[in-house]
Amino acid sequence: MASKFTVSHRSGWLMAGPAFGLMVAFVLLPFVFAVAFSFTNQRLISPNPTEFVGLTNYEQLLGLGLLTLDPLKDASGAVQMKDGEPEYPSLRSYTRNNPDYPQYDGKREWFSFSSGGDARTFVLASDVVFMKAVVNTFLFVIIVAPLQGGLALGLALLINQKLRGINVFRTIYFMPVVVSIVVVSILWKIIYDGNSGLLNNILSGLTFGAFQPVDWLGNTNTALGAIIGMSIWQAVGFHMVIWLSGLQTISPTLYEAAAIEGASKWQVFRYITWPGLRNTAVLVLIVITMQAFGLFAQINVMTKGGPIDSTQTIVFQAIQRGYGKQDISGGSAISVILFLIVLSVSLVQRYLTRDKEAK
Amino acid sequence: MTLHKTMAGAMLASTLFAGAALAQTELTMWYHGAGNETEMVLVNEMLAEFNASQSDWKVVITTFPQGAYNDSIVAGALAGTLPDIIDIDGPILPNWAWAGYLQPLAIDESLIKDYLPGPKGVWDGKLYGIGMWDAAVSLVTRQAYLDELKLRKPTLDEPWTGEEFQAALDAAKNSGKFEYALDLGMAWTGEWYPYAFSPFLQSFGGDMVDRTTYKTAEGALNGEAGMAFGNWWQGLFKGGYAQATQDGADRDSGFASGKYAFSWNGNWAALGALDAYDDVVFMPAPNFGTGSKIGAASWQLSISATSKHADGANAFINFALQPSNLARFSKGLGLIPATAAAAELTDNYKAGGPLAVFYDLSQRQGLLRPVTPGYPVAAKIFEKALADIANGADVEATLDAATDEIDADIEKNGGYGH
Repeated sequence: MASKFTVSHRSGWLMAGPAFGLMVAFVLLPFVFAVAFSFTNQRLISPNPTEFVGLTNYEQLLGLGLLTLDPLKDASGAVQMKDGEPEYPSLRSYTRNNPDYPQYDGKREWFSFSSGGDARTFVLASDVVFMKAVVNTFLFVIIVAPLQGGLALGLALLINQKLRGINVFRTIYFMPVVVSIVVVSILWKIIYDGNSGLLNNILSGLTFGAFQPVDWLGNTNTALGAIIGMSIWQAVGFHMVIWLSGLQTISPTLYEAAAIEGASKWQVFRYITWPGLRNTAVLVLIVITMQAFGLFAQINVMTKGGPIDSTQTIVFQAIQRGYGKQDISGGSAISVILFLIVLSVSLVQRYLTRDKEAK
Repeated sequence: MTLHKTMAGAMLASTLFAGAALAQTELTMWYHGAGNETEMVLVNEMLAEFNASQSDWKVVITTFPQGAYNDSIVAGALAGTLPDIIDIDGPILPNWAWAGYLQPLAIDESLIKDYLPGPKGVWDGKLYGIGMWDAAVSLVTRQAYLDELKLRKPTLDEPWTGEEFQAALDAAKNSGKFEYALDLGMAWTGEWYPYAFSPFLQSFGGDMVDRTTYKTAEGALNGEAGMAFGNWWQGLFKGGYAQATQDGADRDSGFASGKYAFSWNGNWAALGALDAYDDVVFMPAPNFGTGSKIGAASWQLSISATSKHADGANAFINFALQPSNLARFSKGLGLIPATAAAAELTDNYKAGGPLAVFYDLSQRQGLLRPVTPGYPVAAKIFEKALADIANGADVEATLDAATDEIDADIEKNGGYGH
């Protein structure tokens, strides 16, 4: 079997060879290196020898702690208030050089929630920035995957008509995909400008000046949303084309039959188009998800993770550590974690979208 | 390899220019100035003069855009293909010297006897890099603004105190004439933050790391002085004196168009300010307690550890340090000449010249960024902390986190050889 596989497929191997070789050199090998480095203290620039450090890098990234605190009370036992909120002891006294609480050393507040009465539970993380990056990345994926996929399908349906000049529309929708993401990011950075950006000007024009200009990328509440918006716009054309190819594989006889039966437009979509797009839908969903997890260029050009970490993402953090902070081992550990996340998400998607009838 | 190159070069030379000077050994050089036409014209002039001035060496230059330069050096070092001569940004020098990329220079002592302290790149007691110029930052305003706001003009001997600076910002803000009182240059992310803003922290009495040991930032960055600095810094933005996110165009032309009363900017932008107004005043940094401080050190020339022609590279660097060369770059680019003798050769920096104040600032207030191989990482962490605080993050928590991160990095690197 093995000999047949290797011998009789010689020409196959020969043709796959260049691509296969490149994949091994630029995908497989670096990944093996990343896994290996993530268990060491490898630096980008250092005369010191590399040492094996076990799981330290992972512990540094993923370490969490819970700390429940009662509010401060004054002499009479009443809860001390500050700005209308109960005041709690300073976290700093627990997380810095406190020998009684070694498990919290160096950790920072990630978020907190009320845990019955006046007590408050603080979730502490060793690496708050990485935690925020994970949350932001998931948020980005969860919003972008359905919106971009849906919008792309809508556009594909629109341009899948026999109209004169339809190719002009196809070209226009596809254009942002062809332009480099860096160029697109720079343009959108100007569009989002807080003082004289195009978006602010349009909104203030539409509302006859009632709209107050917003610093879209400089505000923690709007920055991630702004990046989500431009990212959806930028790549929607690519997925539109994939949907379009799916649409064109559906046999026209089905539509003719539907027309004879007197089916409504919705019925046609629901019972002919959508089932016919099943495999395309799975492909689009998986591709969008994987691309969205790799969010980097927009962040690097537009916000660098700011303001106050509101646009940190996993890949941006990996690069920031590996090159910016010369910490190849930390960056590698983040890459490995990202790989595991994307792998499990893809497996779950694969399972949920499996062909249930096929045995 | 080199022999082959030399032979091939010699053969080529003899065929092409029969009778031309034979067998100059080639020295390779990498430079960060690609895209800056004026700068490259000056560099190429200097190279041509050096190559013509002797018959042993010929410097061949490769230029890189500044944004990609450091990565190229690191990649070159990892691949073992560094050239003989490189240029290098001063504060990074200890990192590369420690990593073994550089070798100490052999420089004629008399050339650098009267040097400003900034352009000397020293690590572990040895000179690894030497700059032809320094840079300095000043608080730029107009005499008209000072008169109108009834402010004392600060001098090198008597700079503004922190309170006076605050009063000046209040006066400018309350006058209602300016969009913002102060232009800090927040648009220039990157090395500008640690270069331009860490001297404020140092003037408060704090620092990015504890310079007595270089083993920790604890107490220096997050001590009392650090917190005072952090609160002051946040107050600038909370109080509406400065903007946390700035448009690049506002940074370039905001002061000239009257948007700002004061601009925290470098000598390289000074000629532009002088063009815009005829009453520009370059004032020293305010003194927040431990004296006025500004950042020192700029780009420097250095020799790679793998260079086989260190004698030739040293000859070139000695040539580059002639006062006429220092003056050449000052005249062309507005940079501060590294010696007083060279300064006298320029119109801008000679005694009484319009920019002479920057020479004094550099000499009197210039403070090197922490001289440690850990600087590049600490600078990144410091930049992020300042941006976060400006955007409203909790001062104490942010500076604590930055301190922990710097300490963790120092530990991961076995103390960086201190």
